[in-house]
Amino acid sequence: MLRSKTTWLLVGKRLGIALITLVIVSFAVFFATGLLPGDVAEIMLGQAATPEAVAGLREAMGLDRPALLRFLGWLGGLLTGDLGTSYVNKVEIADLIAGRLANSLRLAGIVTVICVPLALSLGIAAAMWRGTLLDRMVSVLTISVISVPEFMVATLAVLIFAVWLDWLPALSYGVNVDSIGAMLRAYAMPVISLSFVVSAQMIRMTRAAVIETINTPYVEMALLKGASRPRMVLIHALPNALGPIANAVALSLSYLVGGVIIVETVFNYPGVAKLMVDAVSTRDLPLIQSCAMIFCISYLSLTTLADMIAILSNPRLRN
Amino acid sequence: MSISSKTSRPLRLPTPRRMGYAFSWTGRIGLAVILFWAVIAVIGQWIAPYPPGDLVGFDYFGPISPEFWMGTDYLGRDILSRILMGARYTVGIALAAVTLAVAIGVILGMVAAVIGGWFDTLLSRLLDAFNGIPSLLFGLVVVAAVGSSIPVLILTLTAIYMPGSYRFARALAVNINTMDFVTVARARGEGTIYLITREIFPNILGPVLADLGLRFVFIVLVLSGLSFLGLGVQPPNADWGALVRENIEGLSLGAPAVIFPSIAIASLTISVNMFIDNLPTKIRDRSD
Repeated sequence: MLRSKTTWLLVGKRLGIALITLVIVSFAVFFATGLLPGDVAEIMLGQAATPEAVAGLREAMGLDRPALLRFLGWLGGLLTGDLGTSYVNKVEIADLIAGRLANSLRLAGIVTVICVPLALSLGIAAAMWRGTLLDRMVSVLTISVISVPEFMVATLAVLIFAVWLDWLPALSYGVNVDSIGAMLRAYAMPVISLSFVVSAQMIRMTRAAVIETINTPYVEMALLKGASRPRMVLIHALPNALGPIANAVALSLSYLVGGVIIVETVFNYPGVAKLMVDAVSTRDLPLIQSCAMIFCISYLSLTTLADMIAILSNPRLRN
Repeated sequence: MSISSKTSRPLRLPTPRRMGYAFSWTGRIGLAVILFWAVIAVIGQWIAPYPPGDLVGFDYFGPISPEFWMGTDYLGRDILSRILMGARYTVGIALAAVTLAVAIGVILGMVAAVIGGWFDTLLSRLLDAFNGIPSLLFGLVVVAAVGSSIPVLILTLTAIYMPGSYRFARALAVNINTMDFVTVARARGEGTIYLITREIFPNILGPVLADLGLRFVFIVLVLSGLSFLGLGVQPPNADWGALVRENIEGLSLGAPAVIFPSIAIASLTISVNMFIDNLPTKIRDRSD
């Protein structure tokens, strides 16, 4: 397909905005964690520290430099992959995060592979047979999942699958599983909970996107010509709804970011989110900053991707 | 339907139903549950059967009994009393945060729409950037840095949801701003404050109220999420999210101590959604 200059200009503009946003976000993350009452050096040395010791540590940590310089130094470190060292156990943060990130990405990947086909078919089916029992059931279910907190979906899943049905273990450790069966069982609960949260969003948005296309005159024309409902939706409406649907998929996947924080905590899953929540309780600021940036970057890339799909798939912008 | 009402039109009195201000039954049920929790948030302290902090049962994770209607928690405290008390934290904090967020957002949004120019561009870009931070994460980072207390929670939740409210109000106000009556008022020489309070605000009030309801739900969800992670309301006090966290160990026993606080949260958020979805069209959207 040939895209005109304007389309690429819009894409470039969107990318530029994303980049500026990223800088502002990193600024916000850095200074929000810098708001700490008192001083990191004082907190690390405890109450009995002498002022000289505190001053020494401040100098060693570079805390006596102006905030803006520290921010630029930190940002430069992020870009070159130098995330600094953890306050608590003096380990390189990059080493701490690497394995955890792989675990989180694996969880997100499995959820994506399950959710996308499931949510798309349910969303399209609900739009195709709008107002039927199927549509109503899907609507009630998705609205209920969306209006309750993520941890409730997770606890409900444990209650149903682990306590009442006794099919799956309630807690997941995700590592050291020898057989495929054991691995499936260990991943099942986090994946099920997260899938519910993400697909509820995806189904709703997909359904809305398809219905919007169905309401256009040319699709109505197809129905008047005598096309069946499935033919009308799948052959006539769907090609035009693909852009908005892809946009909806990328947007709903950004709900993974919030959901993963809760789900990893509930199930004790060794991912980045669990690492971050633990870092919050020990107030390990460099670790919190790095984890927060990982989440912000993934969130931002997904929302930017969603916008770019919307731009690229809109033929009205093609001139 | 529309044809029959046009051909034979009986005497139509302007009742609320005909004016488009009537609530559907789903909306009424939603409103009833919201009012119920609002009343509980105020009087919960006095109608609780036991003091919420007292160990009253001998058993932890006790079952439902005539003595303890919702069982007991991990220390043997009465869950019903703790839920009645928790209503004050959940509803109170969320209400304070949503009021602040929407008030600031709407005022800034209207000012940006009326003034326009670089002020509008700069503010919009900046606040849009804040939308690039996932909400739960924002809360996590701030609470990690500043520590958790009720004022911090309220301000954090305000900061998270203010940009969205600004964006919403600005979009509405920009539309109103181009209308003739605003142009006339401007030609009369009215100032920004007059334009905002007299011309624009009354015309965006309905949608803004609906938006306030939705934002209230989001805030309840994030607040419960933070409390669930142990970063929200701190012990010995507990909101509903914290109640779920405290008793999560009882989940594998299927204890009522986990289930009832969850039901409380769900009942509140679902009924607000039900209420907002069924708002009379005249309030939701005044454009027609």
